[in-house]
Amino acid sequence: MKKVYSRILSIVGNVIMVRAKGVAYEELAEVSTRQGKSLAQVIRLDGDLVFLQVFAGARGISTQDEVRFLGHPMKVAFSDNMLGRIFNGSGLPLDNGPELLDNLIEIKGPPVNPAKRIIPRNMVRTNIPMIDVFNSLVESQKIPIFSVSGEPYNELLARIALQAEVDMIILGGIGLKYDQFMFFRDTLEEGGALNRSIFFIHTAADPIVEGIVVPDLCLAVAEGFALKGKKVLVLLTDMTNFCDALKEISITMEQVPSNRGYPGDLYSQLASRYEKAVDFEGAGSITILSITTMPGDDVTHPIPDNTGYITEGQFYLRGGRIEPFGSLSRLKQLVNNKTREDHRAIMDGMIQLYAQYRETEEKKSMGFRMSQWDEKLLKYGKMFEEQMMDLSVNVPLEQALDNGWRILSECFMPEETGFRTDLIERFWPKKR
Amino acid sequence: MDKIGLITGINGNMISVHFQGSVCQNEVGFVLLGEERLMSEVIRIRGETAYLQVFENTKGVKVGDKVEFSGQMLSVQLGPGLLGQIYDGLQNPLVQLAQEYGFFLKRGVSKEPLNSDGRWRFTPLVKKGDSVTAGMTLGQVPEGIFKHSIMVPFDLSQKYTVEYIAAEGDYTIKDIIATLKDDRGNLIELDMVFDWPVKTPIKVYREKIPPREPLVTRVRIIDTFFPIVRGGTYCIPGPFGSGKTVLQQIISRYAEIDIVVIAACGERAGEVVETLREFPGLIDPRTGRTLMERTIIICNTSSMPVAAREASVYTAATLAEYYRQMGLDILLLADSTSRWAQAMREVSGRLEEIPGEEAYPAYLESRIAEFYERAGAVRLVNGEKASLTIGGTVSPAGGNFEEPVTQATLKVVGVFHGLSRDRANARRFPSIDPLESWSRYDSFIEKELVDLARHILFRGNEINQMMKVVGEEGTSIEDFIIYLKSEFLDSVYLQQNAFDKVDAQTPSQRQIYVFRKVIEILRADYPFKDKDRARGFFYSLRQLFIDWNYKEWDTPEFGEQEKAIDRFMSDNSQL
Repeated sequence: MKKVYSRILSIVGNVIMVRAKGVAYEELAEVSTRQGKSLAQVIRLDGDLVFLQVFAGARGISTQDEVRFLGHPMKVAFSDNMLGRIFNGSGLPLDNGPELLDNLIEIKGPPVNPAKRIIPRNMVRTNIPMIDVFNSLVESQKIPIFSVSGEPYNELLARIALQAEVDMIILGGIGLKYDQFMFFRDTLEEGGALNRSIFFIHTAADPIVEGIVVPDLCLAVAEGFALKGKKVLVLLTDMTNFCDALKEISITMEQVPSNRGYPGDLYSQLASRYEKAVDFEGAGSITILSITTMPGDDVTHPIPDNTGYITEGQFYLRGGRIEPFGSLSRLKQLVNNKTREDHRAIMDGMIQLYAQYRETEEKKSMGFRMSQWDEKLLKYGKMFEEQMMDLSVNVPLEQALDNGWRILSECFMPEETGFRTDLIERFWPKKR
Repeated sequence: MDKIGLITGINGNMISVHFQGSVCQNEVGFVLLGEERLMSEVIRIRGETAYLQVFENTKGVKVGDKVEFSGQMLSVQLGPGLLGQIYDGLQNPLVQLAQEYGFFLKRGVSKEPLNSDGRWRFTPLVKKGDSVTAGMTLGQVPEGIFKHSIMVPFDLSQKYTVEYIAAEGDYTIKDIIATLKDDRGNLIELDMVFDWPVKTPIKVYREKIPPREPLVTRVRIIDTFFPIVRGGTYCIPGPFGSGKTVLQQIISRYAEIDIVVIAACGERAGEVVETLREFPGLIDPRTGRTLMERTIIICNTSSMPVAAREASVYTAATLAEYYRQMGLDILLLADSTSRWAQAMREVSGRLEEIPGEEAYPAYLESRIAEFYERAGAVRLVNGEKASLTIGGTVSPAGGNFEEPVTQATLKVVGVFHGLSRDRANARRFPSIDPLESWSRYDSFIEKELVDLARHILFRGNEINQMMKVVGEEGTSIEDFIIYLKSEFLDSVYLQQNAFDKVDAQTPSQRQIYVFRKVIEILRADYPFKDKDRARGFFYSLRQLFIDWNYKEWDTPEFGEQEKAIDRFMSDNSQL
């Protein structure tokens, strides 16, 4: 029997309190108001006082509104029928399709036993040289794109999603602008990937707390598919909104903030989501690519800072390009030894030369004299930026490596590059 | 009779429980949830309400649910069979859990930490009528490369007479191997295992002695410039991406020590996986056996329950102390102590304690100090020396060393290996900052030489800073040469290639030998008039030295490369 309570004792922020018995921690309830129904989740129990976080926000809730406990925690449907569908932050259809009620699975499942994890071994090709060549994406990796508002990060995310060799894509939008949501939908549709995608979309117009469950919904469904042998790519944009929602709730609950208002468990909260990235031995995998917009372009801000300690590297998107410095894929060493034998040499060599170009450019801007070597570097830097870093470059890894050799040969003599002799003999383009 | 309490409130992983009778601080209780038994620990008692932190997710727990109090403090099992194991923070064996439950860590299940079916070859070392006290060895069993001492449990505080001791033979850990009698005539039967509360340091030794013996890690910048000693403490703070974990992994591989206990505390699971998948296949050249045989991994990664993360460092320390009691040298690596401190912060927040700086509890400093104090060189009851060295990484928020955890740690440790983001970005690994780091211990290399080298590093840095303003043109040739010397020292000695078989580990003799050579070069005067000539000279010398680093010690190639360096020096120093 489901219990109904019709006396709300307090409403603070998006948290309401009722007096009830036999309620379980993290149980779900339905709050019926004049505007309609909303889900709420138990976030604290104190004697017979029950504190609930209302997903749709507490605006308009009256003290006489009904609270009905559902007797189970948050669940999400899991079936092949979800492919091509779009849901909101509570898991309800957003696309006029039918509601899916069969085969419900719990969200926020237990962590993977570390003893069952395996060392990642497969590269995910994206045809973006700055990723494939310099910071390879690896199956089961978790990696954020650090960026600032206004950068084309969602465009980058959509492009990776379309080009990555994965079985399916799950997009979680947290505080996503409506036009960005439309952009994702249209791009994946044009690219023919919509029928292997599932969307969980919480838009910027929706109540902020509803965004908190989006990563959990995505990852629970992803886990289900991964266990059935699918390679799943989960895209989360923008995790900064997720953290801000956590901040809002913890402050409503009068928790002591640790750093710039964020709760002390921000690290654990983020980790329990990102650590869902996994390669199941004998089954599928989950790869997580997320967006973290850095408030004020400050990497020491608690959100990017905590994220950086959890994820396996990061891509810096700045000025519409993936920055070679600061960007890092911690797992690239595990895969780039079995692509092509010049891969690592090109990766290190080109970046070292590009670093020298940056120094030269700095010297130039300070008015120091340019040597012949400096001029070569300047030419190289320009070509590198146009033919490697530019996001419009769309070539497979092997071609990108060939392009690398061509750029080097157009700027330098072989011995100036510091490459191993045997590689130069094999790969240095022959002059006709 | 079991004591039962009833839950009155739930907030995250914190529950309040109404109880009758007595409950003790840090006692373990179990939330009874059908089949599941969620382990928890009493952390505060007020009147008839006990506050417990639950070591698992509290989803689905209700007010009115029962909690069974065990009467025991949070303890670990000590006995043969710990080496080579992978445990979670509460000493559940993860491999065995995986065999039984598959991919996920099921809630509310536990497993015996030690295999009670295996048989161990026991050799008695006492005889009937001998008098023994806590910590004394009754007999030994072979455990891998070590002789595992079966000791009188550390909580037996009196003098006892051996009434019975098992004859040499094969026994399981649950077989009775000795009976002791106290002076009132009470008999105590002993098997090979006993429990010990993790938060209580094991102190059954004669005395603590000052740590002096160097602990060779085979990392040049550490051993030569910022050495660690057996029984000492050190910390590695660094921002993300600066190579903390890689450095800990290198040390866990190459450190010249008997046993390594790795506490992977709140960090990425993937990193532990590398250790636990690779160690069983890596041969320790000093023993000829796999590294796994000298390693215990306590693994409570970031997505595993937070309260168990807090317990995991204590679990690791207790296991390490247990092996120290056998006269061994132990190294405990905790990665990362910041995550442990954050776990404390989360609990403190839920207890609504008045927060200190950055919301860390006021007792943060004393807890950190207590933890590092568990390290130490000791003289055991039998007169043997043994040691426990503790090294902890710190993950300061924003890479800022001014934050509370780093500062509290720096107060109590003997060595500071500060990692720098700039060095990491410049791919200068290990990225230990040679200007900021320090050690209170002495290196096996003469202090005078080390000071000379450090002086050049400091001067080189100053000159480099200046050069950024005035350019190369505005720098005198003398200063420029000092700068080149410091860069040379950095490239050929401070930096080490962790991916190269030879360069990744430099034994102490080689360090002494090579460092003398480096010092010769740093001491020499160079009459260059032209900066490009000077640069060319040092770059070529650098190349020769780096090649030298890749040659195996004590081989003809090593000698030949050295001769090549000498030739180059005598050919070029007259200019």
